Amino acid sequence: MGNLLEHMGIEKDRLHFSWISSAEATKFVDVVKEISDKVRALESNKKFEKDYN
Amino acid sequence: MDTCIEKIRELSADLLEKGEVEKVIGFAKGTIPMATSPIAVKTKQDVDKLVFNSTCGLNLANYVSKGKGKIAVIAKGCDARNIVTHIVENQIQREQIYIIGVPCTGMVDKHKIAALFEDEIIEFSEDGDTLTVSSLLNTQTLKKYDYLKGNCLYCTHKNPVLYDVLARDLVEEQKLDNLFPDVDRIEALDEEAKWQHFENLTKNCIRCYACRNACPLCYCPTCFVDESSPQWVGKGQNKTDVNTFHFLRAFHCAGRCTDCGACVEACPMGINVRDFTRKLNKDSLELFGWEAGLDVTKRPPLDTYRPEDPDDFIK
Repeated sequence: MGNLLEHMGIEKDRLHFSWISSAEATKFVDVVKEISDKVRALESNKKFEKDYN
Repeated sequence: MDTCIEKIRELSADLLEKGEVEKVIGFAKGTIPMATSPIAVKTKQDVDKLVFNSTCGLNLANYVSKGKGKIAVIAKGCDARNIVTHIVENQIQREQIYIIGVPCTGMVDKHKIAALFEDEIIEFSEDGDTLTVSSLLNTQTLKKYDYLKGNCLYCTHKNPVLYDVLARDLVEEQKLDNLFPDVDRIEALDEEAKWQHFENLTKNCIRCYACRNACPLCYCPTCFVDESSPQWVGKGQNKTDVNTFHFLRAFHCAGRCTDCGACVEACPMGINVRDFTRKLNKDSLELFGWEAGLDVTKRPPLDTYRPEDPDDFIK
């Protein structure tokens, strides 16, 4: 799915997959930090954005 | 390609007469030139309605529904692969179906041929590799290979993978160095160009869902686009909704698509919707060594787990 999105021109860093146990709080923090940093670096997404007008 | 039709009719008549099958699903002449439509023949007298030529681009596996009786079906290479997929996905039992295999030499791209003419095509005939197409203004003789459908050009399974009887001799399969040159071309673009490519591709889409209806994989009782509670995707012409539909429809075919091209064949707007599914087919082959519909005993990659499955996408 990530590959198909990338194929359509959606930046790879916008989609993340992870497996985190409920006991892995630190891993959760690390993953969320990494995701938000990467997505912030890409700036807001204009693709797949619905124009309601 | 017309040579095998006598054999198809003969086999069909025989099956129906002996009562071995309830109906034979095949192609019938369409209402306009270069068109064929699916037909279910139930009596011996009707077998003459069956035709087979280079315009039979639809996939008959789509019409092999969960019936009670036994059905015979005319199957090209891709139809047979979709029948295998149906069996693997428990949509039909092998015993319920009698496959009349037709080794295929490719189907023609009607949009490509129509583009050669200024006015409407009124006649289409073929003799081996030569096509003769006429409109009121002129007549052209074409080489079939130059006007094959995109999926037929890259087809390496022309012969049915599963059949009970063959209507003609097996044909030689082509050996290709690169099965996905079309996908490579898109992959070589940068992000913006990729997005633009797909935006342009779907801009004429009228959301008629012909691609979904023609697809043998799309057999869900209620498709996600038709659901209203919850409503997964907007139903209008908003381009984000159109793109969402195409993206999700394609993804539902991941690891299942046989690249039969029925979606493209059915599209009234001439959209090459295969640009979506082809990427998934390439990934299936490269990541899982999988081509759909080749073996009734093998489970598809999204249905099984192997320790060596690629997992570099997950953290």
